[in-house]
This record gives sequence, structure tokens and C-alpha cells, in this order.
Amino acid sequence: MLLISCPNCGSRDETEFHYGGQAHVAYPESPNELTDREWAEYLFYRDNTKGAFAERWLHSTGCRQWFNMLRDTVTYEIQAIYPMGSPRPDAAGKVTAETGTASTAADSTTTGSAAPSIAATSTSPTSSTTAPEGATK
Amino acid sequence: MAETAAPANSAQKNLSLRVSPAAPLGGAFEAGSVKGVVELREVSFLTMVGLRVDRNSDAGQRIAAVTGGLPAASGGVSGTGDTSVLWLGPEEFLVVAPTEAHESLGGDLIQALREALADGAGQVVDLSANRTTFELTGPRARAVLEKGCSLDLHPRVLSAGTALSTEIGNIPVVLWKTGEESFRIFPRASFADFLGRWLLDAMREYASPEVP
Ligand SMILES: [Zn+2]
Repeated sequence: MLLISCPNCGSRDETEFHYGGQAHVAYPESPNELTDREWAEYLFYRDNTKGAFAERWLHSTGCRQWFNMLRDTVTYEIQAIYPMGSPRPDAAGKVTAETGTASTAADSTTTGSAAPSIAATSTSPTSSTTAPEGATK
Repeated sequence: MAETAAPANSAQKNLSLRVSPAAPLGGAFEAGSVKGVVELREVSFLTMVGLRVDRNSDAGQRIAAVTGGLPAASGGVSGTGDTSVLWLGPEEFLVVAPTEAHESLGGDLIQALREALADGAGQVVDLSANRTTFELTGPRARAVLEKGCSLDLHPRVLSAGTALSTEIGNIPVVLWKTGEESFRIFPRASFADFLGRWLLDAMREYASPEVP
């Protein structure tokens, strides 16, 4: 059982939350201009990261608010919790860029205008070395 | 046909026909309550109003003037007199008031809230039928809840006058600690039967002498 620190409510059991998938997948700027493949990739293709992964969570039986979480998919360590709309707080993205296995991330998900924000946030050298405290309000 | 002639003619008659969600368990609640140890009852038909409004907006302040404030953060309860406002989310609140506050009984609470919201951004919704209310009281009330609630219910953490959305027995509820040994639990109507039985089961051991 994960103990998740909701930014509004504090520590609660994982059962109070719903998982919302990968974070920072921006809606395409011009959906009508996408090819079917690009659109499918926007809809369905997600990173399969080993390590720090930015994802969305909803505190469904609490305050019913969404937030972002940086979680290690190997150790389950929650490295950061941060508001919707703010950039990923670690210096990551490098992880996906370096490991060749993340081909869908580098090529597909960020194809053209499909999800420019991923490229922007993930490769930007925001060097807040360690993630900010999880439950900061 | 003759029997179509006399429709129910008054709100009063309709009200006398309504059945609260846990009414079938009324006898079981009485039988399962252990006097002075832990007691359970349903408080039927409280008036509840769902509010969605930014408490810092003009509309939020107008509504706060009606309700006696809007709580600022998780756990908070505001209110005036017998009307209470529970924090559900950053811009979501639950007003809990006596039965008589409902407009079907001549109360003006909901109308007053609607007028306070006016054309401001937000919602005032009558949710009186959405949830029912359980009242769990007695020195063992906390022990009963602790069997199915992961919150820290110890008084050093959870003080009286705090209300939190959480789960009890895997049922989503609003849990309101109204006194040192009294809790109000708001399950949705369709979960009332299950949660009522779950609580009765959790209470049962306190009917027997404690095993030393
Ligand atoms: Zn929350």
C-alpha cells in the first residue's frame, strides 16, 4: 500500500486515489493537422519508464483534485508531488532520452506538434537536483 | 377509473411516506448499541447542500455570510447556529443543517444560498437525498472506526470539530468528529445499508465483557 501525500489533505492510503496515467502529455495544438498515426500516438502511446516517472493522480475519495507525482517505478519511492500545470521538478527526461529503450518516447510521443511540451519539459535543464518535499502545500 | 381521482395532495403527505436509507436497520441499530459503550443511530433527512464556489470570490464571501464562514482547508468546519459547513475540496463544501431547514418544510436555507451565489461562478445544489447520517457515540466509537479507517483517529491528531472525506470499511464517507466521543458519518444512500451492517459487526465485540 502506498501512502500518498495529497497536496490538499496530507497522507492518505493509496485506495483513496485513482491513477491518471503519464503526466505532461499535452493536447495537440492543431489536432486536425495530425495524421492518424500521430493522433493514435497522442491517444495511446505512453512511456514505459524504468525509474522516475511523472504521472497524474486524483484524490478521488478525498478532495477530488488532480495532482502530479514523480514516482520511481522500480522502488515505488515518491520523489515529488506537484500541482497540475507546473513543470516536472527534477532534472529528468534525460533518463528517457539516454536509454534507447524509450523509443516511443523520443520519437513517437513527441512527434511533430503532437506533444511539444514533453520535449520542452523533459529536456530542459531545470536543475533542481532533488525533488522538492513531497507534501509541500 | 375511480382510484385516479385522489392524488396525494400535500407535501406533508409525501413527507410522511419517505423512508430514510437505513430505516430498515433501525431495530438492529438499537439492539446492537451498547449503552454507554458504543451506540449507533441514523439521523434521518438532514438538509444538505453542495456548494462549489471560490471562497475568496465575491460570491464566496456572500455565501460565507449566509453559512457563517467557509472553511479554509482540509478538515475544516465552519458554521453558525445549527448550520455547519464542511470542507470537501478547495472550492467544494457541504452544508449540513437540520431537517426543518429544507424548503419542503418551509426552510429558506437553500434559497438564501442561491440568492447569495446569484450570478457568481459556482453551484448551490440540494443534496439532502444524496447521503444519510450515522451517529456513532461512546467511549468505544473510535475503536470501532479504527477497524476500517486508515486515518489516525487518536485525539492528539484528530480533534473534535474536524471533518474529513475518507473511507470506512472501504466505503467513501465524510467523517465528522463532532465531540470527543461522537462522530457523524455521511455515507451515500446506496452504501448506508452495507456500512450500517459493517458498523454493527464492528461494534459487536463491545457487547461482551472484555477479555482480560
Ligand atoms: Zn486530497
